[in-house]
This record gives sequence, C-alpha cells and structure tokens, in this order.
Amino acid sequence: MKLLRELLFPTIAVIAAFLVGALLILAIGDSPVQAYKLLIGSALSWPDGIGYTLFYATPLIFTGLAVLVAFRCGLLNIGAEGQLYVAAFAAAWVGITFANRSAWILLPLCFLAPILAGGLWGAIPGVLKARFGSHEVINTIMLNFIAVALVSYFTQYHYRTPGDPIMETSEIGGGAHIARLGKFIPGMPERIPLNLAFILALVCCVLVYLFLWRTKWGYELRATGSNPSAAEYGGISIRKQIIVAMTISGALAGMVGINEVLGYRYRYYDGFSDNYGYTGIAVALLGRNHPVGVVLAALLFGVLQRGGIHVDGFSEHVTKDIVQVLQGIIILFVACEAFFRGSFGRFGLLRRSKV
Amino acid sequence: MAEIFTIALIWSTIRLSTPLILAALGGLFSERSGVINIALEGMMLAGAFTAAAATYAAGNPLVGLLAGMAAGTLIAAIHAVACIRYQADQVVTGTAINILMLGLPAFLSGAFFLSSGSTPQIPKEQLIPRLPMVIAFVMVPLSWYVLYKTPFGLRLRSVGENPEAADAAGVPVARMRYAGVLLSGLLAGVGGAYLSIGQSSLFTRNMTSGRGFIALAALIFGKWRPVQTMLACLLFGLTEAISIQMQGVVKLPSGDDIPVQFIQMVPYVLTIIVLAGFIGSSRPPQALGIPYQKER
Amino acid sequence: MSALPAVCLQAMLELRNITKRFGDVLANDQVNIVVQPGTIHAIVGENGAGKSTAMRIAYGFYKADSGELVVDNEVRNIATPHDAIALGIGMVHQHFMLVSTMTVAENIVLGAEPGSAVNLDLAEAASAIQKLSEEFKLAVNPNAVIEHLSVGQQQRVELLKALYRRAHLLILDEPTAVLTPQEVEEFFAILRRMREQGKTVIIITHKLSEVLAISDEVTVMRDGRVVGRLQTSETNAAQLANLMVGREVLLRVEKPEAHVGDTELTVKDLSVTSADGTKRVDGVSFSVRRGEILGIAGVEGNGQTELIEALAGLTPPSQLSGEVRLENRDITKADARARREFGIAHIPEDRHRRGLLLDFSLAENSILGVHDRKPIVSFAGVFLNDGAIRARAAKMIADFDVRPTDQDLPARALSGGNQQKLIIGREFDLQPKLLLVSQPTRGVDIGAIEFIHRKLVALRDAGCAVLLVSAELEEVTTLADRLLIFHQGRIVGDVDPKVATIEEIGLLMTRGH
Repeated sequence: MKLLRELLFPTIAVIAAFLVGALLILAIGDSPVQAYKLLIGSALSWPDGIGYTLFYATPLIFTGLAVLVAFRCGLLNIGAEGQLYVAAFAAAWVGITFANRSAWILLPLCFLAPILAGGLWGAIPGVLKARFGSHEVINTIMLNFIAVALVSYFTQYHYRTPGDPIMETSEIGGGAHIARLGKFIPGMPERIPLNLAFILALVCCVLVYLFLWRTKWGYELRATGSNPSAAEYGGISIRKQIIVAMTISGALAGMVGINEVLGYRYRYYDGFSDNYGYTGIAVALLGRNHPVGVVLAALLFGVLQRGGIHVDGFSEHVTKDIVQVLQGIIILFVACEAFFRGSFGRFGLLRRSKV
Repeated sequence: MAEIFTIALIWSTIRLSTPLILAALGGLFSERSGVINIALEGMMLAGAFTAAAATYAAGNPLVGLLAGMAAGTLIAAIHAVACIRYQADQVVTGTAINILMLGLPAFLSGAFFLSSGSTPQIPKEQLIPRLPMVIAFVMVPLSWYVLYKTPFGLRLRSVGENPEAADAAGVPVARMRYAGVLLSGLLAGVGGAYLSIGQSSLFTRNMTSGRGFIALAALIFGKWRPVQTMLACLLFGLTEAISIQMQGVVKLPSGDDIPVQFIQMVPYVLTIIVLAGFIGSSRPPQALGIPYQKER
Repeated sequence: MSALPAVCLQAMLELRNITKRFGDVLANDQVNIVVQPGTIHAIVGENGAGKSTAMRIAYGFYKADSGELVVDNEVRNIATPHDAIALGIGMVHQHFMLVSTMTVAENIVLGAEPGSAVNLDLAEAASAIQKLSEEFKLAVNPNAVIEHLSVGQQQRVELLKALYRRAHLLILDEPTAVLTPQEVEEFFAILRRMREQGKTVIIITHKLSEVLAISDEVTVMRDGRVVGRLQTSETNAAQLANLMVGREVLLRVEKPEAHVGDTELTVKDLSVTSADGTKRVDGVSFSVRRGEILGIAGVEGNGQTELIEALAGLTPPSQLSGEVRLENRDITKADARARREFGIAHIPEDRHRRGLLLDFSLAENSILGVHDRKPIVSFAGVFLNDGAIRARAAKMIADFDVRPTDQDLPARALSGGNQQKLIIGREFDLQPKLLLVSQPTRGVDIGAIEFIHRKLVALRDAGCAVLLVSAELEEVTTLADRLLIFHQGRIVGDVDPKVATIEEIGLLMTRGH
C-alpha cells in the first residue's frame, strides 16, 4: 500500500504531462497516438532501442542520485551540470596526460579523477553555504557557467588536437577505456555505447541507499535535511553535513564523466551534456528522492531521449523537442503536488495521510 | 589595446546590456515580492520566439513586441500559479520552466516553419533595434519610482520582506506577488523580443544562451535595487562587448587570442563573491523563496 | 466560578460562541467576550488558554470554525485584517508585525497609504504621524529604520500604525512582555490617554498585577473557554488566580524529601550575548546538586531559553562568557555532542524545532543524539544496527507509554503529549548525570502532565541533578526543591518553594527587586 501510494502520484504526474503533450501535438496538426507510438516503440526495440535507452538513462541515474543526496540534506543542487563538465574534463585530462601508462594504473586514475573533480566542484557551494551562508542555488548556477567556460578554455587552448575543427580533446589512452556491455550481452552489438558505467550507476544506487539509510553518516545527513535545529541538538554539525552532502552530490554527478569519457567517446567533447544536470532534478523529484525511484525515473527519461530521435525522423511536424517539453511539464506537475491533492484529494488516494 | 575602447564599444555595451536590463528589472519585481525567479531565461525565450513568429506572421514588429510581452507574461503566470497558489518550490518550478522553454519554441518552430528550431528570417525593415533599448533605459528610473515612490511599490516590497506584517496591515499578499511575477514575465518578454527582432532577425534555438541567468546575477550584484542592477547589467554587457571585440583583434604576446572564456566568467565570479559578502553585504528580500501560508 | 453578567447592549466588540480548532486542539470553545466602548478590557489566562486565538479571530487573522463577531451591534464578517481595519479595529501582536528594513513612516502607512496611486506622499504621512505622536505622546522619528529601534520604540510604531488607521478599538497582545518596568509605567499612561480620547483597548496578558493596575473589566479564560467576566474594581488577585488556574489545590505531585548529594553542575558568572548584541543572560552563578530539582521561574523571554541552550552546548562559544563545570570538568567550550557524552541530557522547550525529526519514524527519533554510539552502530562503527534501534525504541515506547506504539510511524503522527513522552524517554535512557528540562508539559494533555511530573521526580530520586525551567509557576513550585527567579537575564531571587507564596514569587518575576 505504501509503495502504491509512492508510485501513484508520480505516475499521475507523468500521465498528465503526456496528456498536455498530446494536446500540443494535436494543436500543431499531428497525431499524438502516432507520435507516442514512435516515441515509446522505438525506445523498446532490441537491441538498439533498449541499448540506447539504458545508455541515455545512465547519466541521469548519476545526476538523479546527486540531486537526491543533496536534497536529503535540505539542499538543492542545481550544479550537477557544472560538476559533470568539470569531472568529464578531468577524466579526459588524466587519460591524456598518463596515456602511456598501463591500464592497471591508468584506469583507476581515470576512474577517480572525475569523482574527485566533481566532488571538489560540488564542495565549493557547500563551503560557501557553510561558511558564509550564501545560497547554494545561486552559487551552483553561477558555478555551472564558470565550469563550462573553464573546460571550454582548456579544451580550446590546450588539449585540442591541432587542426581539429571540433571542440574536443585528443583521445585518452587505450588503457582507460571501459568495456561496452555488448561484449557480455549476446545479441547486443558493441557499437551501442551502453557500457559498464551503467552497472556502476546501479551499484551507486545501492551504495547511496545503504549510505543514507543504513549508516550513522547518512542518518546525520538526513537529520540535518529534516530539521537542522534538531540535528544540532542531537550533536550533529550542520556545517559539516552541508559540505559532506554537496561533496558526495558532486562526486555522483562527476561519475557521468566515466560514462561519457571512459565508456563512450574516449575524449572530452565540449558541450556533450544534454542538460543531464538539470534533468537530474526532474529525475530525483519524479523518483521521490529515493534510489529506486531515481532508476525508474531515469529509465523513463532514457526512453524519451531515445524515442525523441525517432520521432524527429519519422513524423511530419513533431520534433525531438517534444522530449524537453514533456520533461518540463513533468517537473512542473511534480512540483505542484498540491494541485493534484486539491483536485484528486477528495478521492482519498493522494491526500497526505497522517501516517 | 586602445583601439577597442571606442564609441563602438560603448554602443555595443548598451546594445548587449539592453536584454539584461529588461530581464533583470523583471526579476527585480518578482524577487522584491518574495518569489525567486530563476525562470527569467525561459520567459526571455518565450518572448524571443513569440516576437519573431508574430512579427513574421503579421509583418509588424510592434505586433511582435506585444506578442512577446504576452508570451513572457503567460509563462510567468504558470510560475506564479505554481508558486503562489500551489506553493510549489520556486526554484524547482523555475527549472521546469527553463527546461520546458528550451523545448517548446523549437517544437513550435519545427511544426509551423518546418525548421530545425528557428523561425524564418524577418526583413530588415521590420526589425525594431531601438525601441526595446529605449524601453529598457526608461524602465530603470520608472522601476525605481514605482518601487519607492508609489503605494504599489511599498506594498510589493513589504510582501517580499515580511508578508505576515503586510497581511496584518491589510495588504493582499498573494495579489501583490502575482503582480510582481507577471511584471517579471512582461519585462523578460520584452528582453527576449529584443534578441529576436532587435539584435538579430530571427529566433534560433536557445538564443538567450544564459542571459536570463546573467540578468539574475546582475540583480543579485545590484543588491535588488534598480539603478545598481542597471549598472551591473552595463558591467556585464561591457564584458561581453569586450570579449566580442577582442576576438581576433587583440593578441597575447605569444600571438594567441585572449581566451574569451575568462571574460565570460566575470559576471558569475563576481556574483559568487558578492553573495559571500566580500563586497559589502548583499541582503536579499527576507521572505524570498518562502511561500506565504496563511493560517487556517 | 463567578456568574457571568448579562450581555450588554452597547458593546463595542462582541465575540459570540466562537469556536476554533487547530488540528486536534480545541483552542476556543464557545467563547463569548463583550467589550464595552471607552474601556480598557483585560483578557487574562495562562499560556495556551486561547486568549490570542480569540483576538486573532476578531482581527481576521484566523477564521473561526463557528460563532459570530459583532462590531457596533452589527454582525460582521471579518475574513482578513483588511476587513478588521475597515471596521476600526487595530491590533498590536505579541511579535511585532513590522517590516524591519523599512522606515517608521513606511510601516505606519503600509496598506493605508496617503496620496494617489502614482504618488506615495510620505511627507504628508510624516506630518500626520507627527500630529498623532504629539496627541498620544508617542515620540518616534518617522524616518528611522525599524531595525535600528529598541523594542519599546517599535511598540510605539505599532500603536501609531493602528491609530493612523483611525482604529477606535485596539487589541494589544501581551504588550508588556518586552518592556522594562519603567517602560510599562509609561505604556500604561499612554493607554489611559487613549481611553480619555474615547478609544477602546483590549489588553491580553497573564500578569495579574497588570490587570489590576490598568483594566476596567476582565475576562478570564482557561483551556479555551471563558470562565469569568468581572469588574476589575470588584475583584482581586486571589480570585483571578483561582479562575485562571481553575482549582484551589493544584496538581500536587507526591514528592518524597530530596536526598541531596554532591554538586553536579556549577555555573560561574555565565553571560550569553545574542547575535544581535543584546545580553540575554547576564552574569549568573548557581549550582545544581545530585538528587535535587533546581527550578527556574520567570516571565518568558527573560533569558531562561538562552541559559538552557548555552548549558546544552547549542550556543556558539563566541557568544558566551563565564564558566560551566560538570563535576570537576570544565565544559565551557564543549559542544553539544561532547556534553551529551559527559552525561548531560536535554529536554528542549520547543519539541518541534529542537526535539524531533517530525518526518522520521519513532524508531529513528529514538536514537537522535546516540546514533553514533554502541550498540546503535555496529559493523565497523559505521552501520546502524536495526535490531538494536528497534529494541531501544520498543523499550522506550513501552516504558514511557507512547501511543500509538507503532515505531514506524513518523513522529508527526503523534499527539503533543506522546511526542513529549518519546523525547523524555530518549533523554532518560541516557541515564544522565544532569538533565536540562525546559517547559516539559507545554501543550501536553493532563494525563501526560502527571506522568511526566512523576518521571521527573523519579529521576531526581535516582540521583540525577535536574535543572527545570517552566513558565507554569505551579509546575516549578510543585516540582522544584529550590527555586531561582529570573528577570532580564539575572537571578533576582532564590527561594524555598515550600515556604514562598505565589504572590511573592510573582512579585519577583514581574518587578525584579
């Protein structure tokens, strides 16, 4: 019953968003049924559909978890976007700088670099809040732009292959490549970029769950998010928790770099993120700020991402932009929970029960 | 170095500051009423797209400008209803609107103009490069006057500082906040319209490229005051102007271009420094971001 | 209980059968209040008697569940403060309703601005304010910014705000709580001046001396009901006290003689300065011994809260001076976690703000403060031991009779009394050397009050040193073995509660020396 209630509201929000999207598609003179068929059907085909859907879901699981951890500490991390850019670049930088080392050295380095870089970039707004009380939302937004400019500078001026017209770095050492899942799954070709980072993302879900709900550190973090005054009363340092939460959040966002650089392009490609950081907010919210919910929400958005490309190609008027529109509406509906409670509350299902 | 500090640079600064000033003043009204507005970006995009589409359709830029204002206001209305009526998280709602508006204009362009996210070119004689600029710079003293010299402004500021006190004094808190947020959409809409039918001649995908956030930064840098906010916008406009003018003109001793990225960072770095309290104290409206829940 | 006189016909304001419920709490139960024009009318009662609720309904801040409001003999619908203002009602709230970043003039005219819609005429406002200031002797500079004013001056601004709106009925909620005795005298003079000018004043208070000093008529409230309506000239403090408390003999706890041991806590010259620079606790020295309950009585807001927070380690060291010792250990600089480890437990005055994680389950709440100790953590000293947590919660729920007993429920789902029992159970379980306890029975039902009192005495008898702060005078006098009286951050009395009378203590509490 509890699980049902947790699932019910996000499901309604998604259905409502699809209905609004359908109205939009109707308004421009196309068939919503046709568009949604393309959208969902293409994403579930084997092996390309499912492979790409899971591939697109991977960064969203990381960013969703990142937003979740911060949120459980009462912080809104809008900075996953910047954190993942810095992290991805760090992965590439290490991969290029130590390209000639053996895989035994290179891979762990390349694995740790994005986690550390993301964590450090996330820690900045944490420290600013703990030390000066300045709002993490504004600071993370500002740091996003700074991150993008910074890595773009390094890419353009220092790590681009001479003569390459594309804003991307040269390739990382071969030892740092991580395996694509096609290698292990029969029937899935290795050209599909779904890689071990997906498994890492699932592992992170378990780790985040264990950390938050099964360790004293997670207890302290959640207590701070639930009621900072009471946490302080219980002997918990709020400032420390803020910094810890933002650091972990940044590190999780940073793992997007593993998927992107070590598992997909093997280089840093400027502007690679399709708003993963911002979509992570939607993923976390839709997933009720729980790791399991985050996986489900990330899969849904993965479907949209993958399906969007097909819709673009095969329908007359509807473009892949419908995906962004749907995402925006979903977050709006999730944010306006009170709207649904107001409209459906009398049926008793959604009323915030005392329990 | 001297050759870049010319009349042209000043002119360019004013042009580049115009959309920032409009959006930042919009943000001013919203945030002074207590509603965080990180959706300025989305509201500008709404204004930019609608203005270009309407100008193209009607052949009249004034129609376009009005349509852009209406679109910005409409998007603001969504933000307002979510934040005020349904007490949604203001930052989350703002993010949702920004994501929505990354997609919606492109979606509609794709449908109406069979393009990949942009509107058709608008003939040069149908552009209004001057009017929004005039509006922007007239709005600065006007905003100051409205905020500090009218009952409306007094009430708006009071609901942003202490809504309970305003309520006790008989001020309708929700109504004032609606007014603040809608005004922000109206002005951001003009700012967006300027981008598509003033500065350039069509709407392109994500053409604001973060200007809504720079406007927000300017608002914070200007400590939520109209004149200071304008100065911050001019400063940020200047950095952008310099970075454009320098490209390919000024070289480092090594013969390389001066990296524009560092100039682009200036507004954001300054904002963080100001927020941390290193340059005077920047105190946001006290009730900013807090929904007003009247007791039963 | 005195007879209620018949309803007078020319009432200025009348509350008829007003009932108001907040969740499970019945704040006002069929409340009838009649206020005659041109009088000063006192509404008295203990904390939580429903005085403020009734008046906030009259001012349109809350909406009554049932009943009606009559102003000038006409039934009125007062849905918002705006409606109340239009009917000539002004209210000065206990926590001032001022915009601290704005000027006096701006605050006064807010919502009733002079000039036109396009021109806020603050000059005209200033001269109008000047005139009112002179008329009622309420000197204040119209151009000063609120946050730079003293509380006394801020209160004048609140009065001017009401007068500027031509209020002829002023409701004042605990107006003297923030004033010094000298200021109270001045303030009463202002109220009398207002009455002379034909204004009607309602003053909410729980101080009997003030009722007798200033009012013409009194309405006494208890537990959300009106229990007395009297002419001030025909009553006295004893009668009012009886009505307020509702019984001759109070809930006396069976309390054996204290077996006092060695000194546990020594406080020497402790001062607490709040972040805004005001001194909240001013050089207090005292000690608490094992096996005794040291009570601290005083009007709320006289530094008791700050004292307890400082002793619990919740005040930044930069705001403290003086010395605190537990047994022989100097703990002045120890933080909250260290103090807990040294054996200090703390039942905070505001259980929602400090004491509970309302969204967390009872089980999770039961480990707050011990969440990093064995056996709660096991496996590498990091992982929580679910079995240990559940066993602990179950024991606590059983021993302290917390209901409902389902430990997976969020703390939010419990009634105030059960929430408080959970906190007390948690803190008692630490087997503390020193217990800091503040307002232990606030918002708690009668049954739970007795239970809590018995538990406190039992803890004392087990040899714990207890420092008890309560705004309920009967509670401290009943429970304490020794009683200190706090006034403006200082100890102004040290009495034996078995010997001292309520009047004596009350005198110390309200006037200091």
